[in-house]
Amino acid sequence: MRRVRRFCTALLLCLPLAATADEVQVAVAANFTAPMQKIAADFARDTGHRAVLAFGATGKFYAQIRNGAPFEVLLAADEQTPARLQEEGLGVPGRRFTYAVGRLALWSPRAGYIDPEGRVLADGDFRHLALANPKTAPYGAAALQALEHLGLRARLQSRFVQGENIAQAHQFVASGNAELGFVALSQVFEQGRVTHGSAWIVPAGQHRPIRQDALLLRRGEHNPAAQALLDYLQGDNARALIRTYGYQVE
Amino acid sequence: MNAAHGIRARFTLDYPGFRLEVDLALPGRGVTALFGHSGSGKTTLLRCVAGLERAGQGLLAVNGECWQDSGRSLFVAAHRRPIGYVFQDANLFAHLSVRRNLEFGMKRVAASERRVALGQAVELLGIDHLLERMPDRLSGGERQRVGIARALLTSPRLLLMDEPLAALDLKRKNEILPYLERLHDELDIPVLYVSHSPDEVARLADHVVLLEQGRAIAQGELRETLARLDLPTAFSEDAGVVVEAEVAGHDAHYHLTRLTFPGGEVLVSQRPEAPGQRLRFRVHARDVSLALQRADGSSITNLLPARVEAMVAADTPAHVLVRLDAGGTPLLARITRRSADQLAIAPGQQLWAQIKTVALLG
Amino acid sequence: MIFDSADLAAIWLTVKLASVTTVLLLLLGTPLAWWLARTRSTWRGPIGAVVALPLVLPPTVLGFYLLVAMGPNGFIGQLTQALGLGTLPFSFAGLVVGSLLYSMPFVVQPLQNAFAAIGERPLEAAATLRAGPWDSFFHVALPLARPGFVTASILGFAHTVGEFGVVLMIGGNIPEKTRVVSVQIYDHVEAMEYAQAHWLAGGMLLFSFLVLLMLYGSRFRQGWQG
Repeated sequence: MRRVRRFCTALLLCLPLAATADEVQVAVAANFTAPMQKIAADFARDTGHRAVLAFGATGKFYAQIRNGAPFEVLLAADEQTPARLQEEGLGVPGRRFTYAVGRLALWSPRAGYIDPEGRVLADGDFRHLALANPKTAPYGAAALQALEHLGLRARLQSRFVQGENIAQAHQFVASGNAELGFVALSQVFEQGRVTHGSAWIVPAGQHRPIRQDALLLRRGEHNPAAQALLDYLQGDNARALIRTYGYQVE
Repeated sequence: MNAAHGIRARFTLDYPGFRLEVDLALPGRGVTALFGHSGSGKTTLLRCVAGLERAGQGLLAVNGECWQDSGRSLFVAAHRRPIGYVFQDANLFAHLSVRRNLEFGMKRVAASERRVALGQAVELLGIDHLLERMPDRLSGGERQRVGIARALLTSPRLLLMDEPLAALDLKRKNEILPYLERLHDELDIPVLYVSHSPDEVARLADHVVLLEQGRAIAQGELRETLARLDLPTAFSEDAGVVVEAEVAGHDAHYHLTRLTFPGGEVLVSQRPEAPGQRLRFRVHARDVSLALQRADGSSITNLLPARVEAMVAADTPAHVLVRLDAGGTPLLARITRRSADQLAIAPGQQLWAQIKTVALLG
Repeated sequence: MIFDSADLAAIWLTVKLASVTTVLLLLLGTPLAWWLARTRSTWRGPIGAVVALPLVLPPTVLGFYLLVAMGPNGFIGQLTQALGLGTLPFSFAGLVVGSLLYSMPFVVQPLQNAFAAIGERPLEAAATLRAGPWDSFFHVALPLARPGFVTASILGFAHTVGEFGVVLMIGGNIPEKTRVVSVQIYDHVEAMEYAQAHWLAGGMLLFSFLVLLMLYGSRFRQGWQG
């Protein structure tokens, strides 16, 4: 009898939690994979909501959202895509903001291969330079802008190998198939430093800022968890965490 | 038998549930029938001779040439043996026309070694009108004739035939048998002929090997072997002898033909053959009855005086097989044990054999 | 013009890749299929399973392993570097290697089935007609397996044209070298160029349909050896 009562008490205690603990479906740009996993964990701990994450290329998410994908929040790799979704009426007005400003890095898994000024781009005898597809990935476009700024684009074009997104560009370099490549700093940066290999952090002035916008989608308009996640992203805890991955926050 | 003119075949071959163990000395000319029930090992033996099957222990010499000697690790591959092989269902190449099937083997034999011309084989087997057809447009009988011609065109020194008539109905069989007989008569190629049909064997063979459960239980000249009494009862239901006779004359009034042979004569329905021509006929043991006196009041016209040579048990307990000598021609009679006791049949006894019917071969 | 020059380059590259792959696969796959169809070796099972693996593996798995294996630290990469060939990813040769593996079952299996269907008997007939093993193979087995070769060529070609995952992994999206049609379509979609994506994707659809039509059409024409 006592056991039954204890069980009922436990059940009652669970009820208020169950009532507020919602799920939110989030589409996350590939470059933001590592920080977002940490943020989602903290978010669950602090609010009880669960963020279900899908990682991928922003362009693909755009096509999917337009065709009815069940995402409630988009963390894009650029600002154009969320703006466009908003224009098309797929976003909630007023719920778009820049959650991170990405930094571009020239990276190699070999220690000492890349000098602090990135002169290896001009001098190196590498065969392949990896970057994300400039047509579809913001980090790819930024890499191209940086190369143009350095006056090296035409010279290096024949050595480009393009990943479909920044994750694949990273994979080409990490597997050694390309000697070096432009990646998102967040992919090789943790706790304020480059985790392994060598990197040149491309100065912010050499490319247009990679502003990554978050957007509340129509499907998430009435989901408290979606609202909570957006608020959480703008909180101090999340901002500090984002910064440790080499992003700037506004 | 001279070793240089004959076939020496000794094989031991083990398969799960089957063992072939034979040691044969066969004549190097004429048709030798490998005769037995299905599963007796006759096809396996033929395949060993062709080199399509490799017996673990084997010795094979054909007219002086050694094709296999496991003692010396000698094994001549099938495609290097000068044989012709006729498969049970012809086994023609489906992607080639009849003409190209025929040429397939011929082209692979040096021109100087060709002894059978395309035209000759085509004429012999009557397949002239089929040359441009594809095999799937041939009847079973036609296919088999093409298969035989194709084998002949390699100018084989030994022709192996694996039940070439087994897949055919009676009508088709009768269509092919005359061609096989012409083969026998016109080409001097030794033939090993696998069959389970006593009639085929009686009609075509000169020599016979009886196989049972992978062993050769008897072999010898056709007529002698068929009239032997010591063969397993399994064969006795179909037991009988083959007699070679000559057309002596015709009786136009009764539409009968008189055939004579050592030991007597028989009357049969009128035959087209001219007097003097030779014919084979078969007398089944079950069609021969015995009488102590000449029974003139009977409707059976063919009566031969004969002497009892031996008597053995037949395939059923109710019957016995009696071997007779009719003036030099062996005969078998299958009669009931009761009749044998009533007639007091004993070796040396003289009596009359009544032949109800004879089966003319060809 | 419906297709721009990049699209045309991708189409041409795809046709080239599929042709080279199909020819190489027929050359390499024929002896392999012959062996698989006839051997009694205990290796038959494992080798047959390896050949069939690409049927069930996601192409990305194959592509990922190829990227690692053909890279400078992988065993294929070490070998090609020792031979002075450099490494294979991001090159046409690399795509050919990937496609060979990826499309192998589509060529080997129809051939294997065709050889198995022929069986031992026509070859025995050939042997009794003085044809040695090679002679039999070329003049009996190959012609009899012709429907299998037709099927294998069509499937091998079409499947290579449709390849995406492996190319994505090891291609590097280099125009005229590794950017094939399927990748080009993906790019168009990602770049929100839906009209161009439609033209290419529609073309692929039509091509695939025509190929299958050819295949099933020819099944009826082959009177013998259906």
